[in-house]
Amino acid sequence: MTSCFHCGDPCDEELIVHHDKNFCCYGCKTVFDILNDNDLNYYYDLEKTPGNSPKISETKFEFLDNPNIVGKLLEFDEGNTQIVSFLIPSIHCSSCIWVLENLNKLQPAVSNSQVNFPEKTVRITFNSETLTVKQLVLLLAQIGYEPYISLEDAKPKERSHNKKLIFKLGVAGFAFGNVMFLSFPEYFQETEFWLDSFKHLFRWLMFSFSLPVVFYSGQDYFISAYKGLRSKILNIDVPIALGISVLFIRSTIDIVFDLGSGFFDSLTGLVFFLLLGKFFQQKTYAYLSFERDYKSYFPMAVTQLLKKEDGTYSEIQSEVHHIKKGDRLLIRNNELISVDAVLLKGEALIDYSFVTGEANPVSKASGDTLYAGGKQQGGVLEIEVLKPVSQSYLTQLWSNDIFSKNNKSPFQSITDRISKRFTVGVLSIAFLATLVWLIYDASHAFNVFTAVLIVACPCAIALAAPFTLGNILRLFGKKKCYLKEASVIEQMAKIDTLVFDKTGTLTAAAKNIIRYEGVDLSEEEEELLATSLRTSNHPLSRALYKELQKNNICTLDEYEEILGKGITARIAKSEIKIGSHQFVTNESDIVVSETNPNRTGVHISTNNTYKGCYIFQNQYREGIAETMQTLANKYELIVLSGDNEGEREYLSELLPKGTKLYFNQKPEDKLQFIDNLQRKGKSVLMMGDGLNDAGALKQSNVGIALSENTNVFTPACDGILDARVFNDIPNFLSASKRGIQIIQWSFLFSLFYNIIGLSFAVTGHLKPVIAAILMPLSSISIVIFTTLLVRFYVGTLLKR
Amino acid sequence: MSIIYMLLAISVFVALIFFAAFIFSVKNGQYDDTYTPSVRMLFDDEIVKEDATKLNETTEKPTVPKKG
Repeated sequence: MTSCFHCGDPCDEELIVHHDKNFCCYGCKTVFDILNDNDLNYYYDLEKTPGNSPKISETKFEFLDNPNIVGKLLEFDEGNTQIVSFLIPSIHCSSCIWVLENLNKLQPAVSNSQVNFPEKTVRITFNSETLTVKQLVLLLAQIGYEPYISLEDAKPKERSHNKKLIFKLGVAGFAFGNVMFLSFPEYFQETEFWLDSFKHLFRWLMFSFSLPVVFYSGQDYFISAYKGLRSKILNIDVPIALGISVLFIRSTIDIVFDLGSGFFDSLTGLVFFLLLGKFFQQKTYAYLSFERDYKSYFPMAVTQLLKKEDGTYSEIQSEVHHIKKGDRLLIRNNELISVDAVLLKGEALIDYSFVTGEANPVSKASGDTLYAGGKQQGGVLEIEVLKPVSQSYLTQLWSNDIFSKNNKSPFQSITDRISKRFTVGVLSIAFLATLVWLIYDASHAFNVFTAVLIVACPCAIALAAPFTLGNILRLFGKKKCYLKEASVIEQMAKIDTLVFDKTGTLTAAAKNIIRYEGVDLSEEEEELLATSLRTSNHPLSRALYKELQKNNICTLDEYEEILGKGITARIAKSEIKIGSHQFVTNESDIVVSETNPNRTGVHISTNNTYKGCYIFQNQYREGIAETMQTLANKYELIVLSGDNEGEREYLSELLPKGTKLYFNQKPEDKLQFIDNLQRKGKSVLMMGDGLNDAGALKQSNVGIALSENTNVFTPACDGILDARVFNDIPNFLSASKRGIQIIQWSFLFSLFYNIIGLSFAVTGHLKPVIAAILMPLSSISIVIFTTLLVRFYVGTLLKR
Repeated sequence: MSIIYMLLAISVFVALIFFAAFIFSVKNGQYDDTYTPSVRMLFDDEIVKEDATKLNETTEKPTVPKKG
């Protein structure tokens, strides 16, 4: 099959040959022409088929005529110059960067445009006299880079890059290098004339270098230790804070009373390595967001109908936030309804898949209530607002406590658990050794006490988890499982119950198998069916029409579509009825009794005789039965679906025995269900995809959002899994368990270093040079140890 | 040996310059996007090459290629 020169899609519906090149649609051809006319053909040299088919609807960006809305989007606006940043999900290759950064060739009013590829954003500086934001957006949409503008953009942007940690790390590294350099002379030569005369200068310089390290770089450890102690938890930061302060105080006393050179090298090194671990532990995926709520799905503006004095209505674009009860709104095809409302006018066919997981759209008649989150499929609607966006049925879910709580269940990390025992152990050794020395030789007691606390500072222990988890996090990222933070891996290792959403999670989204049951249709009847379906805009008709692939289209003599019921059509003497079971069958007929009313089906009857039914069945992911079987050996499996019970039988056959199935679950039900499981002491991993799972994802111990395409938004979660690697879930779960094993081994390893260090400390032989060797040695060997183990012990699990 | 005061002062001063450069570059956002510049860097070269081949074909006087 020929594929499109611009976007690479197969040209199956129509083929346009232009300039000896094939295009799949006029949109793609137009983009090619625009680029060609402006000498931007280089676009196609960079990458084969780099483009995206442009799908523009003229009315979609009308809200950009409203200056208030535009004002919220602008980053900078002074004189003639405006700067605006857009999120463009379709940025995917180097050609995209190139063409977006060459926008000024297409539109001279653009003076500068800069792409941030990892974040998929473009920042455009333009002349506001000759170009409006709306024109700019339309230009971008025209060349296939439609910006995504949502309600989220309405609030002021905050760039929450964790730059503080980089600064702290920079300060610590800077001080560490300089202190190392200054402390070197005293490592080996105890007494020499010139050293004696300069050592005080060296020592005080080291002291001043260590000040910012202790009070700036290390401040987080003191704060965290204080918080831990206040809530009576001995977290790992307690012994670290203790170690840092003892190192600093002992070293200061040493240089004030000229007792030695102090441990400033170990002190700065310790803080540097610890921060390095912290830095390594975080891996951010710039274009993925784990914190989304309904705001990223909802449009920024809606079309409001204002009543004029003479009784007619005028359309204006208003911000969603300003919509009040009683306002009239206009909803167009494919627009999202962002409020709860009553339908006044128009034929509503609402797709609630977003909210409920129910795959098929529902028809509504005027007077019915429409809920926020539904998407209109079909014509134009007029609605009257019942509840504004913040109080609507859907957004109420976000007022649940779970979304305001910053932390979920209090989770004690593996490091914190060991640190309790560790701290108690170290303190008792320190006091015991001091006691012995007080009896034996009191002058050494203080030295020994501080030396024990210095050498036992759990640097290696504190580094074990960050480096192991950080490495696994990167490994998972390479395998298309993107986790929010390292602690998610620890949580994953503890999971005992897996909960799955059905639509979009177990089933591949937007993929249906259509199966026919009943009396075979004649060629003629099939043609009639295809012809009638072609006229209809109902999603089921469209899907079925595509499946039938009939080319022989005839003219209908009669056609009628009854909303929510079906179609009647006639050619010459043959009549066909397509639609719901009730609609196509007459009571007088011998009705083939419908076995399962919940199944999605399109029933057919010709000339008042019932023929049969096309059944739409969800397509389950490939290999799902095996994957679930593997999981069933280790975990309790539950399926929570917002859909109806239509597929219960099929699903219980497909999935391993013992899998519990629950249907008709509303978003809050799902949240509540997870909460109940947790109350029973279960550790739950929830896997879902839509906004309807948002509450459950948040409530669960680990919430993983499954995504067919990581460019598309996912609800707030702990991790995003690419749908293509769905069958690797068992491997990811076992990998997380192996990660915990590695951490435990590293603890043993670092304990070994501590014993060596302690043997120096309790005997009173801990010299600065020994501490300065031992500390980095233990840290670096732990880093190497964990990295190698992750690569070979965990990596083999995920290799396929 | 008093030269050591001088040397120390210089070494600390040089170190501080590098430290300031680091802080400046982080604040300036130079580490925000570490991928795009690596791609962007390659574009200009390619354009020059492409223009050059075109010019060779038409044997016109070479002009300074427009930078994107």
